Amino acid sequence: MRIVVLMKPVPDTTGQERLLPDGRVDRAASAAVVNANDEYAIEAALKLTEAAGGEVTLLAMAPANAPETMRKALAMGATRGVLVTDPALEGSCTLSTTRVLAAALRGLEYDLILAGADTSDGGGGIVAAGIATLLGLPYLSYAAKVEPADGRVRVHRISPTGYDILDAPLPALVVATQALGEPRYPSLKGIMAARSREIATRSLSDLGLDGSQVGGAVATTRLTGSRAPAAREATVVVREAPAEAARWVVDFLAARRII
Amino acid sequence: MAGELLVIGEIQSGGGLARVSAEVATIARRIGERAGRPVEGIVIGADPGRAASELVGYLPFSHAVSEPEAADHAAAAAVAPGLAALIAQRGLSHVLVGASPDGRDLAGMLSALLGWGVLVNAIDVGWEGGGPTVEMSVFGGRLLTSSTFAGEHGIVTVRPNAVVAEPLAEAGRVVETVLPAAAALPAVNVVQRVAEAGAAAPIEEARIIVAGGRGVAGPVGFGIVQELADELKGAVGATRAAVDAGWIPYAHQIGQTGKIVKPALYLALGISGAIQHKVGMQTAETIVAVNRDADAPIGEYADLFVVGDLFAVAPAIVAELRARRG
Repeated sequence: MRIVVLMKPVPDTTGQERLLPDGRVDRAASAAVVNANDEYAIEAALKLTEAAGGEVTLLAMAPANAPETMRKALAMGATRGVLVTDPALEGSCTLSTTRVLAAALRGLEYDLILAGADTSDGGGGIVAAGIATLLGLPYLSYAAKVEPADGRVRVHRISPTGYDILDAPLPALVVATQALGEPRYPSLKGIMAARSREIATRSLSDLGLDGSQVGGAVATTRLTGSRAPAAREATVVVREAPAEAARWVVDFLAARRII
Repeated sequence: MAGELLVIGEIQSGGGLARVSAEVATIARRIGERAGRPVEGIVIGADPGRAASELVGYLPFSHAVSEPEAADHAAAAAVAPGLAALIAQRGLSHVLVGASPDGRDLAGMLSALLGWGVLVNAIDVGWEGGGPTVEMSVFGGRLLTSSTFAGEHGIVTVRPNAVVAEPLAEAGRVVETVLPAAAALPAVNVVQRVAEAGAAAPIEEARIIVAGGRGVAGPVGFGIVQELADELKGAVGATRAAVDAGWIPYAHQIGQTGKIVKPALYLALGISGAIQHKVGMQTAETIVAVNRDADAPIGEYADLFVVGDLFAVAPAIVAELRARRG
């Protein structure tokens, strides 16, 4: 089984992340890591190929320095990486990202595409659905279980009341969640092996696109400002015995008209 | 060209309107008034009648589209092509939908089909210079950003609990509509819908959340979390540590790889409040924490911090609430 996993390098969640004045993420303020939700997708892909054979290709659209982050994901055991990088993509909107990743996928062979539920920086959770739409692939989201068999895939999609069992033919795009299982830590062997794994880079022209179709110059959305939220009031600390502390809590909730 | 605004109403299990959709309708009505543009709603499903009639409690007008395919197929792909065709045919300018799982799926598909941009996870929406201005909370609530669309069109996904839904004095009217024909997306069959015991209302929509972390120490401890949640008529949330330990299902997880919530009250029991959890809940209006560790990070951003044993304090809060109710 050939699986492509979409991954994104994001700033580490440290509480130090910043935006540049033009609204792009300040990548110098915080180290880049593999988006946490994408790690579940990578883990699921590795488990599936370990069980049934096959290979895992990682696909990212990111700045030129992203191979470093991609190597961290390769060290988990993926076969190769493909990085779409182009100066014209700086300041892209989600629609550009969707179109670029779909174009890159047209040049890859796969039975299954896996993506994370959303990213810790953008957080929209909309790109994967758009990619499936552009490629005409069945789209199965919020998977707690993924079972490919006999040219089809069965997914448990988390629902508000439990889960729905979905079924569609392959190739298909599946959105992974944490419920698929804890991602592995790269082994020393994996880290060594990742150094020699191929990371192919693709520019926009390699994909038959240019900056008049996708990228910062044709972004559909624009940041107009940012500000810090109003600071919270100082914390009220209560160290009383349980019954007295409980009275504090209930008084506090009543004063704020929550109860 | 000044088109109308469209609110997509979601049907929740049971057939009624999802709470977030009433909130989205309230926001859309406000910006419609400011923009001088009409707002219409749409509910698409196998049985859209009840949700559509609830949606016009908040909007003057809504389409109800009966789509039998939605009964046993994944909803977004079944409705997106026809919906995109309707939007184009009616010359609508902007679409607003809740940032729920189905809302996100649909927003992504409509963006690809219409070639429209998307502004995600709005916590407030205004109107300026001919288009919506969308306020978002990023980096786990440490920064608020404002964004607009570059062109005349766009899709906005709105976080649950962004506003309090305000019904109209007089309900609007529902019109049964048929979606225009459009090239279908690949169908995804729903083989079975499985209900799980303990599955409650979606935590993103809950007004009150009582959440447990490592300090709850096991599934039995979550009984205490549940009891307090029941007493407050709230939902139960959890940290990743509690979910990974198998004490409670993933659907309850709040934080970086779980849900992002914005309730009126977030009551944290035995939660240290590390950054990966904080990014999921720090925009709650009020945060109350109970933790034995006086140095727990949550003590730095809670409004009220009880330093104490949750196994003694939580039952005492339940008792106090019952005593006051009399």
